[in-house]
Amino acid sequence: MAAMLEVNGLSKYFGQFQAVNNISFTVNKGDVYGFLGQNGAGKSTTLRMLLNLIKPTEGKILLNGTLIKEGSNFLLQQTGAIIERPDLYKYLTAYQNLYIFAKMSGIKTSKSVLMQQLQMVGLADRYNSKVKDFSQGMKQRLGIAIALVHQPQLIILDEPTNGLDPQGIADMRSLILQLSNEMGKTVIVSSHLLSEIEVIANRMIIIHKGKKIVEGKVSELLDPANTLVECNTTNNEVSKQFLLHTKWGNSVQLLQDKIRLTMNKDEVPALVSMLTNEGIQILSVQPWHSLEDYFLSLTNHQQHVEPFTN
Amino acid sequence: MWSLLQIELFKISKRPRTYIAFAAIAAIVLIFQFAFKADGISYVNLMLQGAGDTFELDKSKAINGYFMCYIILNTLLIQIPILVALVAGDAISGEANMGTLRLILTKPVSRTKLIGIKFIASVMYTIVLLIFMAMMALFLSMAIFGVDDLLIFRVKGDESQILQIAQIDVMWRYVAAFGYAAVALTVIAALALLLSVFADNSIGPIIATVCIVIACTIVSNINVPIIDKNIKPWLFTSYLVGWKGFFYIAVDADNVPIPGSMENWGAIRNSLGILLAHIGLFFGAAVFFFRNKDILS
Repeated sequence: MAAMLEVNGLSKYFGQFQAVNNISFTVNKGDVYGFLGQNGAGKSTTLRMLLNLIKPTEGKILLNGTLIKEGSNFLLQQTGAIIERPDLYKYLTAYQNLYIFAKMSGIKTSKSVLMQQLQMVGLADRYNSKVKDFSQGMKQRLGIAIALVHQPQLIILDEPTNGLDPQGIADMRSLILQLSNEMGKTVIVSSHLLSEIEVIANRMIIIHKGKKIVEGKVSELLDPANTLVECNTTNNEVSKQFLLHTKWGNSVQLLQDKIRLTMNKDEVPALVSMLTNEGIQILSVQPWHSLEDYFLSLTNHQQHVEPFTN
Repeated sequence: MWSLLQIELFKISKRPRTYIAFAAIAAIVLIFQFAFKADGISYVNLMLQGAGDTFELDKSKAINGYFMCYIILNTLLIQIPILVALVAGDAISGEANMGTLRLILTKPVSRTKLIGIKFIASVMYTIVLLIFMAMMALFLSMAIFGVDDLLIFRVKGDESQILQIAQIDVMWRYVAAFGYAAVALTVIAALALLLSVFADNSIGPIIATVCIVIACTIVSNINVPIIDKNIKPWLFTSYLVGWKGFFYIAVDADNVPIPGSMENWGAIRNSLGILLAHIGLFFGAAVFFFRNKDILS
């Protein structure tokens, strides 16, 4: 699958605080790409940097292989986005809002085309109602229509289900899948809920405290055969050298105070035996039964984590 | 560009606060007109006290449409900056406050163009406000009070003066004065726009603009040589009332007004230059900061 969006070494400092730390990822054409992280992880900052709302401190962004220069509208011409929530002109009608943003997108349009957009998001019968009378779900759907008004290939949705009721969440998920499956759009959708990403995304990235933790296919990352195991021994360097020659060798990483590797969870006792037989004293072994456990641990314990590759 | 401007003007026209200024101007002008219709002679008598008996005139003709407009402008043009700030101070910060700024900036429109459009829309609003003011203060007054020669009461140094401008020589001066006022108020619009870039709510830049205008006006009115020489020439507030220069008619050796003349065109030209420089400075700074602003709202 061809890469649509490539992000290399993106970082952002706000004064001394580093909000995003050297993040790289690739979004392929046709992906529904999940952007997962707890609140404050740096998701919105990263997405805002993609949209030129925030200037990156460093890093490169390429769209369809073209480097996006600072201040360039090239990416925006091919991107539709809702960041956080679609705040609209409450004193204007749904149609007027859509019309304004269509004009701002620099496209020639007609009432019938705009009405089709409203029809697609189920708001055609409310086109003449003022937005101040809309529910959050209706605003979100109007926001989607606005994001799509200039027929972009890439859609960026930042926490699109926030504040929605269960029906609104279901409708939004269905709309995102419709964008991908029926309209062939590439979608980046951020969330702090893995369960959300799991049902709509085919690929995903997890970021934590501004750093990339993992990126890959959702099906593979959530596969029980890919249990993440972290162990700490009295001599991690020696342990690493030993483990490199086992069948898990390809996944072995030496971190600051632990070794991380990926295996089937049934193989954890074998790992313990092998290390013990080698005369290595084990201080701790922590299997993360699934990526969900791992992600929840970040959310619950706010622990220091190192990125890993899959 | 034109369609973006249309959108901006459409948005301004749909906001209730836009009409506060028009309502305020209408109310103040009508109160003035009512008061002078009822007892304008007392005002003229008061003004003439300083001139003693050296000036002979028909007091009933002194209160006419031209005179009323001058009195109203003299009062209102000090207050209008507040009304201009209501709209210009809201231009960027209002969008940030509503959350629409980030949605706008995700559209392929350059920030320079966007703030340029906002500025042009603010200037157009200012001009429309002045046209409305001209309709109310000049043309309505002309309809109510009729037209005649314009008498100007002026304090120059330690002495009071009364200048008389023939009615045929007045209208162009008003056109020029309103043009000058438009430039002066554009400075306020540019300042409010600049402050608007830094804020995420409308109230801050509006209040800040008004505070700056008040503070600078106070400094502009302090008569201390060191301030006169070093500070006042650089303050835009020193030139906000420069429109009056169009009514300070030059006189010949016999103290007879020279039709079509101005006492000091050079000073007006200088004032306009400084006001335009302020517009360039404020707007240029607004563009610079807006282009480099991280949108966190």
